[in-house]
Amino acid sequence: MNGAARGALARKGAAASLALLVVFLAAWEWGPGLLRIPTFIVPPLSMVYAEFFRMLHLNNLVVHTGVTAAEVLAGFALGSLLGALGGYLLGMSRVAELALSPYILALQIAPKVAFAPLFILWMGFTVYPKILVAILIVFFPVMINVLTAIRAVDPDLVNLARSFKATRAQIFWSIEFPSTMPPLFAGLRIGSTLAVVGVVVGELVGGNLGLGYLLSFGEGQANTPMVFVSILMLTLIGGIAYVLVIVVERRVLHYMPARAYGGI
Amino acid sequence: MPKVLRLEYRRVSMRFPEAGGRGSVAAIEDVSFSVEDGEVVSLIGPSGCGKSTLLNIGSGLLSPSAGEAYVDGERVVGPNAHVAFMLQKDLLLPWRTIAQNVMFGVEIQGHPAPERKRRAQALLESFNLAEFADHYPHQLSGGMRQRAALARTLAVDPSVLLLDEPFSAVDAQTRMMLQRDLALTLMRAGKTALLITHDLTEAVTLSDRVLVMSRRPGRIIDEIAVDLPHRDDPIARRHDSRTAGHVTRLMERLDIAPARYAEAGGVR
Repeated sequence: MNGAARGALARKGAAASLALLVVFLAAWEWGPGLLRIPTFIVPPLSMVYAEFFRMLHLNNLVVHTGVTAAEVLAGFALGSLLGALGGYLLGMSRVAELALSPYILALQIAPKVAFAPLFILWMGFTVYPKILVAILIVFFPVMINVLTAIRAVDPDLVNLARSFKATRAQIFWSIEFPSTMPPLFAGLRIGSTLAVVGVVVGELVGGNLGLGYLLSFGEGQANTPMVFVSILMLTLIGGIAYVLVIVVERRVLHYMPARAYGGI
Repeated sequence: MPKVLRLEYRRVSMRFPEAGGRGSVAAIEDVSFSVEDGEVVSLIGPSGCGKSTLLNIGSGLLSPSAGEAYVDGERVVGPNAHVAFMLQKDLLLPWRTIAQNVMFGVEIQGHPAPERKRRAQALLESFNLAEFADHYPHQLSGGMRQRAALARTLAVDPSVLLLDEPFSAVDAQTRMMLQRDLALTLMRAGKTALLITHDLTEAVTLSDRVLVMSRRPGRIIDEIAVDLPHRDDPIARRHDSRTAGHVTRLMERLDIAPARYAEAGGVR
Protein backbone atom coordinates (compact mmCIF):
# COMPACT_ATOMS: atom_id res chain seq x y z
CA MET A 1 0.00 0.00 0.00
CA ASN A 2 1.42 3.44 -0.84
CA GLY A 3 1.55 6.40 1.52
CA ALA A 4 -1.40 8.25 0.05
CA ALA A 5 -3.69 5.21 0.19
CA ARG A 6 -2.62 4.49 3.77
CA GLY A 7 -3.29 8.14 4.69
CA ALA A 8 -6.78 7.98 3.16
CA LEU A 9 -7.51 4.75 5.01
CA ALA A 10 -6.31 6.27 8.30
CA ARG A 11 -8.53 9.33 7.77
CA LYS A 12 -11.54 7.11 7.05
CA GLY A 13 -10.87 5.11 10.20
CA ALA A 14 -10.48 8.24 12.32
CA ALA A 15 -13.71 9.72 10.98
CA ALA A 16 -15.62 6.51 11.74
CA SER A 17 -14.10 6.42 15.24
CA LEU A 18 -15.22 9.98 15.89
CA ALA A 19 -18.73 9.23 14.64
CA LEU A 20 -18.90 6.21 16.96
CA LEU A 21 -17.85 8.40 19.90
CA VAL A 22 -20.64 10.88 19.18
CA VAL A 23 -23.19 8.04 18.94
CA PHE A 24 -21.88 6.54 22.19
CA LEU A 25 -22.00 9.82 24.10
CA ALA A 26 -25.52 10.53 22.82
CA ALA A 27 -26.67 7.05 23.84
CA TRP A 28 -25.14 7.59 27.27
CA GLU A 29 -26.89 10.92 27.73
CA TRP A 30 -30.38 9.98 26.51
CA GLY A 31 -30.38 6.17 26.53
CA PRO A 32 -30.91 5.65 30.29
CA GLY A 33 -33.89 8.09 30.26
CA LEU A 34 -35.50 6.46 27.23
CA LEU A 35 -35.05 2.96 28.68
CA ARG A 36 -36.18 4.16 32.12
CA ILE A 37 -32.94 3.04 33.78
CA PRO A 38 -32.66 4.72 37.21
CA THR A 39 -29.85 7.30 37.49
CA PHE A 40 -28.25 5.41 40.40
CA ILE A 41 -27.71 2.49 38.01
CA VAL A 42 -26.53 4.39 34.93
CA PRO A 43 -26.26 8.14 35.45
CA PRO A 44 -26.47 10.08 32.17
CA LEU A 45 -23.37 11.79 30.79
CA SER A 46 -24.39 15.25 32.02
CA MET A 47 -24.64 13.98 35.61
CA VAL A 48 -21.20 12.40 35.46
CA TYR A 49 -19.88 15.63 33.91
CA ALA A 50 -21.35 17.69 36.74
CA GLU A 51 -20.03 15.21 39.30
CA PHE A 52 -16.55 15.60 37.82
CA PHE A 53 -16.56 19.34 38.59
CA ARG A 54 -18.10 18.80 41.98
CA MET A 55 -15.34 16.32 42.82
CA LEU A 56 -12.69 18.74 41.56
CA HIS A 57 -13.86 21.29 44.14
CA LEU A 58 -15.01 19.15 47.04
CA ASN A 59 -13.16 15.82 46.86
CA ASN A 60 -9.63 16.83 45.91
CA LEU A 61 -9.97 14.88 42.67
CA VAL A 62 -6.68 16.32 41.42
CA VAL A 63 -4.82 15.04 44.48
CA HIS A 64 -6.36 11.57 44.29
CA THR A 65 -5.65 11.34 40.57
CA GLY A 66 -2.11 12.57 41.10
CA VAL A 67 -1.44 10.01 43.83
CA THR A 68 -2.78 7.17 41.70
CA ALA A 69 -0.82 8.36 38.65
CA ALA A 70 2.39 8.56 40.69
CA GLU A 71 1.84 5.05 42.06
CA VAL A 72 1.17 3.74 38.55
CA LEU A 73 4.30 5.42 37.25
CA ALA A 74 6.47 4.11 40.10
CA GLY A 75 5.03 0.59 39.92
CA PHE A 76 5.32 0.46 36.15
CA ALA A 77 8.88 1.82 36.06
CA LEU A 78 10.18 -0.45 38.82
CA GLY A 79 8.22 -3.50 37.62
CA SER A 80 9.50 -3.09 34.04
CA LEU A 81 13.04 -2.49 35.17
CA LEU A 82 13.08 -5.54 37.43
CA GLY A 83 11.23 -7.62 34.83
CA ALA A 84 13.70 -6.70 32.10
CA LEU A 85 16.68 -7.31 34.38
CA GLY A 86 15.23 -10.68 35.43
CA GLY A 87 14.64 -11.62 31.80
CA TYR A 88 18.21 -10.74 30.78
CA LEU A 89 19.78 -12.51 33.76
CA LEU A 90 17.75 -15.69 33.26
CA GLY A 91 18.42 -15.41 29.53
CA MET A 92 22.15 -15.42 30.22
CA SER A 93 22.07 -18.59 32.29
CA ARG A 94 20.30 -21.80 31.33
CA VAL A 95 20.94 -23.23 34.79
CA ALA A 96 19.34 -20.27 36.55
CA GLU A 97 16.34 -20.51 34.24
CA LEU A 98 15.89 -24.24 34.87
CA ALA A 99 16.34 -23.82 38.62
CA LEU A 100 13.95 -20.91 38.95
CA SER A 101 11.32 -21.74 36.35
CA PRO A 102 8.96 -23.70 38.68
CA TYR A 103 8.89 -20.81 41.14
CA ILE A 104 8.46 -18.25 38.42
CA LEU A 105 5.60 -20.29 37.01
CA ALA A 106 3.98 -20.58 40.44
CA LEU A 107 4.24 -16.83 41.00
CA GLN A 108 2.94 -16.19 37.54
CA ILE A 109 -0.11 -18.36 38.15
CA ALA A 110 -0.81 -16.86 41.59
CA PRO A 111 -3.28 -13.97 41.19
CA LYS A 112 -1.05 -11.01 41.96
CA VAL A 113 -3.88 -8.81 43.17
CA ALA A 114 -4.55 -11.31 45.98
CA PHE A 115 -1.31 -10.13 47.55
CA ALA A 116 -2.73 -6.64 48.13
CA PRO A 117 -4.17 -7.31 51.64
CA LEU A 118 -0.92 -8.98 52.64
CA PHE A 119 1.16 -6.01 51.51
CA ILE A 120 -1.14 -3.65 53.40
CA LEU A 121 -0.63 -5.76 56.53
CA TRP A 122 3.08 -5.42 56.02
CA MET A 123 3.35 -1.77 55.06
CA GLY A 124 0.22 -0.10 56.36
CA PHE A 125 -2.00 2.41 54.60
CA THR A 126 0.82 3.98 52.62
CA VAL A 127 1.52 4.22 48.91
CA TYR A 128 4.04 1.35 49.10
CA PRO A 129 1.70 -1.67 49.06
CA LYS A 130 -0.05 -0.23 45.97
CA ILE A 131 3.26 0.25 44.19
CA LEU A 132 4.33 -3.24 45.20
CA VAL A 133 1.22 -4.88 43.73
CA ALA A 134 1.83 -2.93 40.50
CA ILE A 135 5.50 -4.03 40.43
CA LEU A 136 4.50 -7.64 40.88
CA ILE A 137 1.86 -7.56 38.19
CA VAL A 138 4.05 -5.69 35.65
CA PHE A 139 7.10 -7.84 36.30
CA PHE A 140 5.97 -11.06 34.62
CA PRO A 141 4.87 -10.07 31.13
CA VAL A 142 8.03 -7.98 30.76
CA MET A 143 10.32 -10.71 32.09
CA ILE A 144 8.74 -13.49 30.03
CA ASN A 145 8.92 -11.43 26.85
CA VAL A 146 12.58 -10.57 27.35
CA LEU A 147 13.49 -14.14 28.29
CA THR A 148 11.69 -15.59 25.26
CA ALA A 149 13.33 -13.02 23.01
CA ILE A 150 16.83 -13.85 24.28
CA ARG A 151 16.16 -17.53 23.66
CA ALA A 152 14.93 -16.74 20.16
CA VAL A 153 18.04 -14.83 19.04
CA ASP A 154 19.30 -16.37 15.79
CA PRO A 155 22.38 -18.46 16.75
CA ASP A 156 23.91 -17.60 13.38
CA LEU A 157 23.90 -13.93 14.38
CA VAL A 158 25.76 -14.84 17.57
CA ASN A 159 28.19 -16.94 15.50
CA LEU A 160 28.71 -14.01 13.16
CA ALA A 161 29.73 -11.85 16.11
CA ARG A 162 31.86 -14.69 17.50
CA SER A 163 33.63 -15.07 14.17
CA PHE A 164 34.75 -11.45 14.56
CA LYS A 165 36.09 -12.44 17.99
CA ALA A 166 33.37 -10.64 19.92
CA THR A 167 33.53 -10.84 23.72
CA ARG A 168 30.52 -12.04 25.72
CA ALA A 169 29.69 -8.42 26.55
CA GLN A 170 29.96 -7.37 22.90
CA ILE A 171 27.61 -10.21 21.88
CA PHE A 172 25.11 -9.05 24.48
CA TRP A 173 25.19 -5.36 23.63
CA SER A 174 25.49 -5.68 19.86
CA ILE A 175 23.20 -8.67 19.18
CA GLU A 176 21.13 -9.92 22.09
CA PHE A 177 20.07 -6.65 23.70
CA PRO A 178 18.87 -4.97 20.47
CA SER A 179 17.15 -8.20 19.38
CA THR A 180 14.97 -8.12 22.49
CA MET A 181 13.69 -4.58 21.90
CA PRO A 182 10.48 -5.39 19.97
CA PRO A 183 9.27 -8.06 22.47
CA LEU A 184 10.38 -5.85 25.38
CA PHE A 185 8.10 -3.09 24.13
CA ALA A 186 5.25 -5.52 23.59
CA GLY A 187 5.69 -6.47 27.27
CA LEU A 188 5.85 -2.82 28.32
CA ARG A 189 2.58 -2.09 26.52
CA ILE A 190 0.85 -4.87 28.46
CA GLY A 191 2.59 -3.76 31.65
CA SER A 192 1.45 -0.16 31.29
CA THR A 193 -2.20 -1.20 31.46
CA LEU A 194 -1.64 -3.82 34.16
CA ALA A 195 0.09 -1.29 36.43
CA VAL A 196 -3.22 0.58 36.77
CA VAL A 197 -4.98 -2.64 37.78
CA GLY A 198 -2.39 -3.35 40.47
CA VAL A 199 -2.58 0.14 41.94
CA VAL A 200 -6.39 0.28 41.98
CA VAL A 201 -6.69 -3.06 43.74
CA GLY A 202 -4.22 -1.85 46.37
CA GLU A 203 -6.19 1.35 46.86
CA LEU A 204 -9.51 -0.50 47.05
CA VAL A 205 -8.17 -2.71 49.82
CA GLY A 206 -6.96 0.02 52.11
CA GLY A 207 -6.04 3.65 52.56
CA ASN A 208 -7.79 6.96 52.01
CA LEU A 209 -5.97 8.26 48.97
CA GLY A 210 -6.19 7.63 45.26
CA LEU A 211 -8.88 6.92 42.71
CA GLY A 212 -9.37 3.39 44.06
CA TYR A 213 -10.29 4.95 47.38
CA LEU A 214 -12.74 7.30 45.63
CA LEU A 215 -14.23 4.26 43.89
CA SER A 216 -15.04 2.49 47.13
CA PHE A 217 -16.04 5.78 48.80
CA GLY A 218 -18.49 6.48 45.98
CA GLU A 219 -19.80 2.94 46.22
CA GLY A 220 -20.38 3.35 49.97
CA GLN A 221 -22.32 6.56 49.34
CA ALA A 222 -24.29 4.95 46.50
CA ASN A 223 -22.85 7.81 44.43
CA THR A 224 -22.82 6.13 41.02
CA PRO A 225 -21.60 9.24 39.14
CA MET A 226 -18.54 9.34 41.44
CA VAL A 227 -17.77 5.72 40.57
CA PHE A 228 -18.05 6.58 36.88
CA VAL A 229 -15.76 9.60 37.23
CA SER A 230 -13.18 7.47 39.05
CA ILE A 231 -13.31 4.78 36.35
CA LEU A 232 -12.88 7.41 33.64
CA MET A 233 -9.89 8.97 35.38
CA LEU A 234 -8.28 5.54 35.83
CA THR A 235 -8.80 4.83 32.15
CA LEU A 236 -7.21 8.18 31.35
CA ILE A 237 -4.14 7.33 33.45
CA GLY A 238 -3.80 3.91 31.80
CA GLY A 239 -4.27 5.46 28.37
CA ILE A 240 -1.57 8.07 28.96
CA ALA A 241 0.83 5.40 30.21
CA TYR A 242 0.11 3.28 27.11
CA VAL A 243 0.61 6.20 24.74
CA LEU A 244 3.90 7.11 26.45
CA VAL A 245 5.16 3.57 25.88
CA ILE A 246 4.17 3.77 22.21
CA VAL A 247 5.91 7.14 21.79
CA VAL A 248 9.15 5.73 23.22
CA GLU A 249 8.71 2.51 21.23
CA ARG A 250 8.44 4.40 17.95
CA ARG A 251 11.67 6.23 18.70
CA VAL A 252 13.57 3.11 19.73
CA LEU A 253 12.18 0.86 16.98
CA HIS A 254 12.38 3.49 14.25
CA TYR A 255 14.27 1.00 12.07
CA MET A 256 11.31 -1.37 11.84
CA PRO A 257 9.23 -1.52 8.66
CA ALA A 258 6.34 0.96 8.86
CA ARG A 259 3.51 -0.60 10.81
CA ALA A 260 -0.08 0.38 11.36
CA TYR A 261 0.49 1.96 14.76
CA GLY A 262 -2.93 3.60 14.58
CA GLY A 263 -4.45 0.13 14.94
CA ILE A 264 -2.90 -0.17 18.44
CA MET B 1 58.21 -19.13 -5.46
CA PRO B 2 56.77 -21.62 -2.99
CA LYS B 3 53.05 -22.00 -2.93
CA VAL B 4 51.44 -20.30 0.06
CA LEU B 5 48.67 -22.34 1.66
CA ARG B 6 45.98 -20.06 3.00
CA LEU B 7 43.65 -22.76 4.26
CA GLU B 8 44.47 -26.33 5.06
CA TYR B 9 42.56 -29.24 6.56
CA ARG B 10 44.71 -32.09 7.88
CA ARG B 11 42.93 -35.39 8.47
CA VAL B 12 39.91 -33.65 9.95
CA SER B 13 37.11 -35.79 11.41
CA MET B 14 34.06 -34.64 13.24
CA ARG B 15 31.64 -36.66 15.35
CA PHE B 16 28.47 -35.28 16.87
CA PRO B 17 26.68 -36.83 19.83
CA GLU B 18 23.57 -38.66 18.71
CA ALA B 19 20.32 -36.97 19.63
CA GLY B 20 19.12 -38.56 22.88
CA GLY B 21 21.55 -41.45 22.60
CA ARG B 22 24.94 -42.18 24.05
CA GLY B 23 26.62 -42.86 20.73
CA SER B 24 27.89 -40.40 18.20
CA VAL B 25 27.52 -39.88 14.47
CA ALA B 26 30.44 -39.25 12.17
CA ALA B 27 29.71 -36.12 10.14
CA ILE B 28 33.03 -35.97 8.32
CA GLU B 29 35.84 -38.47 8.22
CA ASP B 30 39.49 -37.97 7.51
CA VAL B 31 39.20 -34.95 5.26
CA SER B 32 42.40 -33.39 4.00
CA PHE B 33 42.77 -30.65 1.43
CA SER B 34 44.26 -27.24 1.09
CA VAL B 35 43.55 -23.99 -0.68
CA GLU B 36 46.39 -21.92 -2.06
CA ASP B 37 46.75 -18.19 -1.95
CA GLY B 38 44.27 -16.52 -4.31
CA GLU B 39 42.55 -19.79 -5.15
CA VAL B 40 38.80 -20.28 -5.15
CA VAL B 41 37.71 -23.82 -4.31
CA SER B 42 34.15 -25.10 -4.30
CA LEU B 43 32.87 -27.88 -2.14
CA ILE B 44 29.88 -29.85 -3.38
CA GLY B 45 28.12 -32.89 -2.03
CA PRO B 46 24.78 -34.26 -0.95
CA SER B 47 22.84 -32.54 1.82
CA GLY B 48 24.06 -33.41 5.28
CA CYS B 49 27.52 -34.53 4.12
CA GLY B 50 29.23 -32.17 6.53
CA LYS B 51 30.14 -29.31 4.20
CA SER B 52 28.96 -26.66 6.63
CA THR B 53 30.71 -28.48 9.48
CA LEU B 54 33.99 -28.16 7.59
CA LEU B 55 33.35 -24.48 7.16
CA ASN B 56 32.58 -24.00 10.84
CA ILE B 57 35.81 -25.80 11.70
CA GLY B 58 37.72 -23.50 9.35
CA SER B 59 36.20 -20.42 10.96
CA GLY B 60 37.03 -21.69 14.45
CA LEU B 61 33.41 -21.91 15.60
CA LEU B 62 33.71 -25.69 15.99
CA SER B 63 36.72 -27.75 17.06
CA PRO B 64 37.21 -30.99 15.10
CA SER B 65 37.10 -34.33 16.92
CA ALA B 66 40.36 -35.26 15.21
CA GLY B 67 42.81 -33.53 12.91
CA GLU B 68 43.52 -29.83 12.54
CA ALA B 69 42.66 -26.87 10.38
CA TYR B 70 45.24 -24.24 9.52
CA VAL B 71 44.70 -20.74 8.26
CA ASP B 72 47.71 -18.76 7.06
CA GLY B 73 49.87 -21.51 8.56
CA GLU B 74 48.41 -21.02 12.01
CA ARG B 75 46.42 -23.76 13.65
CA VAL B 76 42.79 -22.74 14.10
CA VAL B 77 41.87 -22.90 17.78
CA GLY B 78 39.00 -20.43 17.77
CA PRO B 79 37.55 -17.55 15.82
CA ASN B 80 40.33 -15.48 14.31
CA ALA B 81 40.77 -12.43 12.16
CA HIS B 82 42.18 -14.38 9.21
CA VAL B 83 38.83 -15.80 8.15
CA ALA B 84 35.37 -14.38 7.62
CA PHE B 85 32.24 -16.26 6.67
CA MET B 86 29.09 -15.52 4.80
CA LEU B 87 25.92 -17.58 4.83
CA GLN B 88 22.78 -18.01 2.80
CA LYS B 89 21.12 -15.71 5.34
CA ASP B 90 22.47 -12.19 5.03
CA LEU B 91 22.58 -11.81 8.85
CA LEU B 92 22.24 -8.05 8.56
CA LEU B 93 21.23 -6.49 11.87
CA PRO B 94 17.86 -4.79 11.32
CA TRP B 95 18.61 -1.97 13.77
CA ARG B 96 21.77 -0.94 11.93
CA THR B 97 21.94 0.98 8.69
CA ILE B 98 23.66 -0.68 5.74
CA ALA B 99 26.86 1.29 6.41
CA GLN B 100 26.76 0.36 10.11
CA ASN B 101 26.19 -3.27 9.17
CA VAL B 102 29.18 -3.25 6.85
CA MET B 103 31.22 -1.80 9.72
CA PHE B 104 29.97 -4.40 12.21
CA GLY B 105 32.99 -6.71 12.04
CA VAL B 106 35.61 -3.96 12.12
CA GLU B 107 33.75 -2.35 15.00
CA ILE B 108 33.80 -5.57 17.02
CA GLN B 109 37.48 -5.95 16.23
CA GLY B 110 38.07 -2.49 17.63
CA HIS B 111 39.36 -0.62 14.60
CA PRO B 112 39.25 3.18 15.04
CA ALA B 113 36.10 4.90 13.77
CA PRO B 114 37.65 6.87 10.87
CA GLU B 115 39.26 3.65 9.58
CA ARG B 116 35.89 1.83 9.82
CA LYS B 117 34.11 4.60 7.91
CA ARG B 118 36.78 4.66 5.22
CA ARG B 119 36.55 0.91 4.64
CA ALA B 120 32.76 0.88 4.63
CA GLN B 121 32.60 3.80 2.23
CA ALA B 122 35.02 2.15 -0.21
CA LEU B 123 33.20 -1.19 -0.10
CA LEU B 124 29.75 0.34 -0.46
CA GLU B 125 30.96 2.23 -3.51
CA SER B 126 32.48 -0.83 -5.12
CA PHE B 127 29.22 -2.75 -4.57
CA ASN B 128 27.03 0.09 -5.85
CA LEU B 129 25.44 0.49 -2.44
CA ALA B 130 26.75 3.97 -1.59
CA GLU B 131 23.35 5.61 -2.01
CA PHE B 132 21.81 3.07 0.37
CA ALA B 133 24.42 3.59 3.12
CA ASP B 134 21.86 5.12 5.49
CA HIS B 135 18.99 2.76 4.61
CA TYR B 136 17.90 -0.04 6.88
CA PRO B 137 18.13 -3.67 5.67
CA HIS B 138 14.37 -4.11 5.26
CA GLN B 139 14.37 -1.30 2.70
CA LEU B 140 16.69 -3.24 0.37
CA SER B 141 16.10 -6.09 -2.05
CA GLY B 142 17.44 -9.57 -1.34
CA GLY B 143 20.28 -9.15 -3.83
CA MET B 144 21.33 -5.81 -2.36
CA ARG B 145 21.21 -7.23 1.14
CA GLN B 146 23.45 -10.10 0.11
CA ARG B 147 25.90 -7.65 -1.48
CA ALA B 148 25.93 -5.73 1.81
CA ALA B 149 26.66 -9.02 3.62
CA LEU B 150 29.57 -9.65 1.24
CA ALA B 151 30.84 -6.12 1.90
CA ARG B 152 30.69 -6.77 5.66
CA THR B 153 32.63 -10.00 5.14
CA LEU B 154 35.32 -8.19 3.14
CA ALA B 155 35.47 -5.22 5.51
CA VAL B 156 37.51 -7.16 8.07
CA ASP B 157 40.03 -7.84 5.29
CA PRO B 158 40.23 -11.60 5.86
CA SER B 159 42.79 -13.68 4.00
CA VAL B 160 40.24 -16.48 3.57
CA LEU B 161 36.52 -16.16 2.82
CA LEU B 162 34.29 -19.06 3.79
CA LEU B 163 31.06 -18.90 1.81
CA ASP B 164 28.21 -21.24 2.71
CA GLU B 165 25.67 -21.25 -0.14
CA PRO B 166 25.76 -17.47 -0.17
CA PHE B 167 23.40 -17.04 -3.12
CA SER B 168 20.96 -19.91 -2.75
CA ALA B 169 18.19 -17.75 -1.31
CA VAL B 170 17.96 -15.26 -4.18
CA ASP B 171 16.27 -15.59 -7.57
CA ALA B 172 18.17 -16.93 -10.57
CA GLN B 173 18.85 -13.58 -12.28
CA THR B 174 20.02 -11.91 -9.08
CA ARG B 175 22.18 -14.92 -8.36
CA MET B 176 24.06 -14.53 -11.65
CA MET B 177 24.71 -10.86 -10.92
CA LEU B 178 25.92 -11.67 -7.41
CA GLN B 179 28.16 -14.45 -8.75
CA ARG B 180 29.68 -11.97 -11.18
CA ASP B 181 30.24 -9.39 -8.41
CA LEU B 182 31.81 -12.02 -6.17
CA ALA B 183 34.09 -13.42 -8.88
CA LEU B 184 35.30 -9.96 -9.83
CA THR B 185 35.86 -8.95 -6.21
CA LEU B 186 37.78 -12.11 -5.36
CA MET B 187 39.98 -11.73 -8.42
CA ARG B 188 40.67 -8.04 -7.88
CA ALA B 189 41.43 -8.39 -4.19
CA GLY B 190 43.33 -11.64 -4.76
CA LYS B 191 41.29 -13.28 -2.00
CA THR B 192 41.25 -16.96 -1.21
CA ALA B 193 37.83 -18.55 -0.85
CA LEU B 194 36.15 -21.81 0.00
CA LEU B 195 32.64 -21.91 -1.43
CA ILE B 196 29.97 -24.38 -0.46
CA THR B 197 27.25 -24.73 -3.03
CA HIS B 198 24.56 -27.04 -4.34
CA ASP B 199 24.61 -25.32 -7.69
CA LEU B 200 27.04 -27.33 -9.85
CA THR B 201 27.21 -24.63 -12.51
CA GLU B 202 28.02 -22.08 -9.82
CA ALA B 203 30.81 -24.35 -8.58
CA VAL B 204 32.32 -24.68 -12.05
CA THR B 205 31.95 -21.05 -13.11
CA LEU B 206 33.35 -19.53 -9.92
CA SER B 207 36.19 -21.86 -8.95
CA ASP B 208 39.69 -22.99 -9.78
CA ARG B 209 38.96 -26.42 -8.33
CA VAL B 210 35.87 -28.32 -7.24
CA LEU B 211 35.96 -30.90 -4.45
CA VAL B 212 33.23 -33.52 -4.33
CA MET B 213 32.17 -34.95 -0.99
CA SER B 214 30.47 -38.26 -0.34
CA ARG B 215 27.35 -38.95 1.64
CA ARG B 216 27.67 -38.89 5.43
CA PRO B 217 30.20 -39.51 6.82
CA GLY B 218 31.61 -36.98 4.38
CA ARG B 219 34.87 -37.70 2.61
CA ILE B 220 36.48 -36.06 -0.38
CA ILE B 221 35.81 -38.48 -3.25
CA ASP B 222 36.86 -36.43 -6.23
CA GLU B 223 38.60 -33.28 -7.21
CA ILE B 224 38.40 -31.60 -10.58
CA ALA B 225 40.54 -28.72 -11.74
CA VAL B 226 38.49 -26.21 -13.69
CA ASP B 227 40.95 -25.36 -16.43
CA LEU B 228 38.87 -22.61 -17.96
CA PRO B 229 39.71 -18.94 -18.50
CA HIS B 230 37.70 -16.06 -17.03
CA ARG B 231 37.55 -17.02 -13.38
CA ASP B 232 36.57 -13.39 -12.83
CA ASP B 233 33.62 -13.66 -15.21
CA PRO B 234 31.21 -16.51 -14.47
CA ILE B 235 28.83 -15.30 -17.21
CA ALA B 236 31.58 -15.83 -19.80
CA ARG B 237 32.27 -19.26 -18.33
CA ARG B 238 28.61 -20.13 -18.64
CA HIS B 239 28.96 -19.59 -22.40
CA ASP B 240 32.04 -21.82 -22.53
CA SER B 241 31.08 -25.22 -23.92
CA ARG B 242 33.57 -26.98 -21.62
CA THR B 243 31.57 -25.89 -18.58
CA ALA B 244 28.84 -28.39 -19.44
CA GLY B 245 31.40 -31.20 -19.52
CA HIS B 246 32.60 -30.34 -16.02
CA VAL B 247 29.05 -30.13 -14.73
CA THR B 248 28.27 -33.52 -16.26
CA ARG B 249 31.25 -35.08 -14.54
CA LEU B 250 30.16 -33.60 -11.22
CA MET B 251 26.66 -34.97 -11.75
CA GLU B 252 28.10 -38.41 -12.38
CA ARG B 253 30.17 -38.22 -9.22
CA LEU B 254 27.05 -37.25 -7.27
CA ASP B 255 25.07 -40.10 -8.91
CA ILE B 256 22.68 -37.69 -10.59
CA ALA B 257 22.02 -39.51 -13.86
CA PRO B 258 19.57 -38.54 -16.58
CA ALA B 259 16.53 -40.81 -16.80
CA ARG B 260 17.68 -42.48 -20.01
CA TYR B 261 21.32 -42.61 -18.99
CA ALA B 262 21.48 -46.41 -18.98
CA GLU B 263 19.80 -46.91 -22.38
CA ALA B 264 21.88 -44.25 -24.06
CA GLY B 265 24.99 -45.98 -22.79
CA GLY B 266 26.34 -42.93 -21.07
CA VAL B 267 26.34 -39.23 -21.75
CA ARG B 268 29.54 -39.11 -23.78
